[in-house]
Amino acid sequence: MLGERHIRTILEGALAACKEADQAEVLVTTSDEGLTRFANNIIHQNVAERNSSLHVRVVMGKRIGVARVNSLEARAVRDAAETACTIARFSEENADFVSLPSAERAPAIPEAFSEATAASTPDQRAKAVQTIIRRAEDERLIAAGVFSTSCEEVAVANSLGVFAYQPSTSAEATLVVMGETSSGYGDRAATNVAGIDAEALATEGCDRATRSAQPRDLEPGEYEVMLEPYAVAEMLDYLSYVGFGAVGLQEGRGFMAERAGQKVVAETVSIYDDGLDRRCFPMPFDFEGVPRQRVELIEQGVAKGVVYDSYTAARGSAQNTGHALPAPNPGGPMPGHLHLAPGDSSLKELVGAIDRGLWVSRFHYVNVVQPLETIITGMTRDGVWLVEAGEVKHPVKNLRFSQSVLEALATTKGIGRELKLQRGWFGGSLVPALHLGRFTFTGKTEF
Amino acid sequence: MNDFADRALNQAQVAGASYADVRVIAQRSEVISVRNGKVEAFARSSSEGFGVRVIAGGAWGFAASNQLTTAEADRVAALAVAIARASALAKKADVRLSPLPPTHAKYATPIQKNPLDEVSVESKLGLLLRCDEAMRGVKGLTVAESSLEAAVEDKLFASTEGSRIEQRIVTCGGGIEATAVTADDVQTRSYPNSFGRQAWTAGWEFVERLALAENAERVASEAVELLSAKQCPSTTTTLILDGPQLALQVHESCGHPIELDRVFGMEAAYAGTSFLTTDKLGHFRYGSELVNIFADATAPAGLGTFGYDDEGVPAQRTPIIRDGEFVGYMSSRETAPLIGQSSSGTMRADGWNRIPLIRMTNVNLEPGTWTLDNLIGDTEDGIMMAINKSWSIDDKRLNFQFGTELAWEVKGGKKGALLKNATYTGMTPEFWGGCDAICDRSHWQLWGTTNCGKGQPGQTMYVGHGVAPARFRNVRVGIV
Repeated sequence: MLGERHIRTILEGALAACKEADQAEVLVTTSDEGLTRFANNIIHQNVAERNSSLHVRVVMGKRIGVARVNSLEARAVRDAAETACTIARFSEENADFVSLPSAERAPAIPEAFSEATAASTPDQRAKAVQTIIRRAEDERLIAAGVFSTSCEEVAVANSLGVFAYQPSTSAEATLVVMGETSSGYGDRAATNVAGIDAEALATEGCDRATRSAQPRDLEPGEYEVMLEPYAVAEMLDYLSYVGFGAVGLQEGRGFMAERAGQKVVAETVSIYDDGLDRRCFPMPFDFEGVPRQRVELIEQGVAKGVVYDSYTAARGSAQNTGHALPAPNPGGPMPGHLHLAPGDSSLKELVGAIDRGLWVSRFHYVNVVQPLETIITGMTRDGVWLVEAGEVKHPVKNLRFSQSVLEALATTKGIGRELKLQRGWFGGSLVPALHLGRFTFTGKTEF
Repeated sequence: MNDFADRALNQAQVAGASYADVRVIAQRSEVISVRNGKVEAFARSSSEGFGVRVIAGGAWGFAASNQLTTAEADRVAALAVAIARASALAKKADVRLSPLPPTHAKYATPIQKNPLDEVSVESKLGLLLRCDEAMRGVKGLTVAESSLEAAVEDKLFASTEGSRIEQRIVTCGGGIEATAVTADDVQTRSYPNSFGRQAWTAGWEFVERLALAENAERVASEAVELLSAKQCPSTTTTLILDGPQLALQVHESCGHPIELDRVFGMEAAYAGTSFLTTDKLGHFRYGSELVNIFADATAPAGLGTFGYDDEGVPAQRTPIIRDGEFVGYMSSRETAPLIGQSSSGTMRADGWNRIPLIRMTNVNLEPGTWTLDNLIGDTEDGIMMAINKSWSIDDKRLNFQFGTELAWEVKGGKKGALLKNATYTGMTPEFWGGCDAICDRSHWQLWGTTNCGKGQPGQTMYVGHGVAPARFRNVRVGIV
C-alpha cells in the first residue's frame, strides 16, 4: 500500500504533465494479492502478485486520448501523459462528449479495509486450505478450490477538482467437493479474512457432495425451481449485463428501452444497486471519482432505471449515478453492487412450497442467447435435487436450461430471507434464494 | 535483463528452490474503436514486470511484481520460495518435471509492418471511419462499431536448468459489427468474426488483407435483413457450419477437454474437468473417420503460434484425433510424465504476473475434400449456420449449445431463406460422430480466439483454430 498522501502526489504530478490538455483525469490503482489454489486434496498452485496501474485520460476540445502504464515512477507517468496527449491530438472529435465530471466529495468508507486481510500470509491461507482438505479426506471426498486475499487502493483525480481515494481488502474462498458420482459447492467472501470460516465452508461443500451422490436421469421440461443464492447471483449478473447499463437503453438493445415503467417481473421482486452498502464490498465512488448513488433498477416488479457515467448521462440528459468503469469503455457504465431485496421465507419453507420441481445449487457456463428477451442458457452444477410435494426425493443429473430471466422472475413464488454475499469484479452482490414457478430445461448431460 | 533474471534465479536457489524459472516481460498494446462515427476508445497500454516460479520442498510457489529492481527481485524470489513451502504443507508427493535440455534461442513473429510503430494513427482511424460510414449508410442500421487491436510482447525466459529464451510475439487484428434494432428485435452481424475481431500473430499487413471497409455495407445490410428473417425452426436436421462457428465448436468441445491439467482435476473448482479421461487415450472414438485434429503451435500466423512455451519447451505439432480416434493431449512438464510422456509444449501465461497453464495453441481440424458449393449441393435438407453469437458447455465438455448470428435453410442442394436466432445443441462424441463431410484446403483458414479464459486468478489467452466448413448429421437445432 502506498497510502493516500503518496498517491495524491502521483496524481498531482500526472495532472501537471497534461498541461497542454483542456481537461485531464488520472486513475491510479495498486494491488497486493495472494491466491492459494488446491485440487485433488493438495495445493497445486500458489501465487502472489504486486502491481499498480495508472490511466491518463486527456481531453482536447472533444478529442480524447487514453494511455495506461503499470508503473508509478515519474518517468512512466510523464510518458503516459505524453502518449495520451499525442493520441488526443491525432484523434477525431467525439461530438457526444461534454466534460469530465466536476468535483463532488465521496465519503470514505473505513469498513472497506481490514488490517487482518492486508497482513495475511501464504501460511495462513495454506492452513485454511488444510482444514478443508482434511474434512474432505475424512469423508473420502476430493476437494478443489481457492483461498485468496487482496489489498487494493483506488484513487482518481481530474483537472476539475475531483479527488477520491479508497483502500479496500477482500478475502474469498471457493470450494468444489467431488465424490465418485457427485459434487458440491460452497463459497465465502468477506472484507476481513477472519470472516472466512473454512470449517463451515468445508461442511457445506461436503454435505452437498454427499447428498447429490447417485443422481438419476430426469427428462428436460418446465419445472418449478428453488434457486440457491449462488444461482440467483449469476442470473442477476446476466440480467444486469443485458439490461441495467445506460448504453443498452440508449441504443435500444436492452429491455429498459421499451419497458421502463412497466411491470416486468413479479411485484415481490425489487432489484437495486448500492455501492455504499457496508455489507457488500463498498466502494464510495466510481472510476471517474463520482460518488456512487443507490439506483432502483426494478422496484416492486416495475422496471425503473439504469446506471450512468458522465458520458452517457450527458448524452441522455440524465443524472450521473456514479457507475463509470475505467476509460476507455465503449460498453458504458454497469452496476457493481447488485441487491435483490430479501423476502420472509427460510430455505426449508421455499423447498416445502414446491409441488414438483428442482432444487438447484448453482449454474455453470451461462451465456446470453437473446439479449432483448433476456434469454440465457447454461447448465446446472454441483447439486440438483427433485422435489415433490415439498419433499426432496433424490438428486438428478445436470440439466441445460434456456430461459428468459424476466419471465422466470415474473413467476416468483417465494423469496428467501437470508442474503448471501457474492464477490464481483470490484464489488459484489447480496441476494436471497428464490422459488420460481416456471423454469425451462432444454437438455441434459451424463452426470 | 539477463543480469536481472540471473539475480532472481540465484536468490531463489539461495532461499532453497530446487528449480526456478523467471519470465521478464514487457508488453505494449493499442486499442481503437469507433461507434456511430465517434472515436469511443483510443488507448495505448504498457505493462512490464517479472514472475518467479519455483519448486521448493517439493511444491510450487510463484510470485510476481511490476517493479524491475534488484531489491524487488530478491523479495519476489524469496516470497516465491516461502509460498512453495506453504504449498508443501498440503502435498502428497514431490512435483516432478519431465526432462528438458537447456536451450539458448530467440524467436520472433515474422511480420512485414509493426502495427504499433510503423502505421500512422491517421491510417488506422481512417480505416475505421470508412467502415463506420459504409455501415451507417445502410437504411435501418442502428449501431455501427469497428475496432482494431494490436500488441507486441517481448519476453525473456530463464531457468536454473540453464535455458535462456528471448521471444517477440506480435498480434494484430480487427473487426466490424453492425446492429439493427426495432422495438421488439435486435440483430447483429459481424465481420470477419464476432466479439470484436479476427486476429493472428502477424503485422499490420494482416489487417490490410481483412478488407474490413469492403465488407462493411454487406454486413450492415445483413443485420437489417435479419430483422425480417424467419425464426430458425426447432427440429433435428443436417447442419453445415461455417469456419468461425466451427472454430469455436473445436475450441469448446475438443480444445478444452484435451488439456491434461483439466483431465487431472486441476481446474475442477473453476470451469470443471474433462470427459476425455486418461483411460480413453488411444481407446475412444471421438468422432467420425473424417475427423483429424492437431494441436499445432508451429502453424504460420496462428494466434497460438510461438517458438517456445513458457516452460521453455519448443513449439510442437501434436496429433489429438486421428481418423476419429482420440490419440493425444496437450501437456506440460509436470503432467506429461503422469501418462509416461514428455511435455507437448503448451504451457502459456497471459502475462508476467500469472503462472503458465496448459493452454490451447492452434487446435486445428484437418481439411477434407469438398468444396462448399458441392457440400451444399449434396445436402437435400438442412440448415447452414454462420458466425458465433453465444456458447455454453457443461463442466465435463459434453453437452453444448451454440447460437449463431445468421443461418440459411438448405433445401434440395441450394442455400435458401435467411434464418435468425439460430441455435444448435448436442453431446460432443455424438456430434463429431455425425461429421460426414469437411471442405478442402482452399476453404481452410486459421481463426483467432482472443477471449479464452482459464485459471484462478483468471487468465485470458489468445489461441487459434484452423478449420474448413463441415457438415454434421442429426443435429438438434432451434432450442428456446
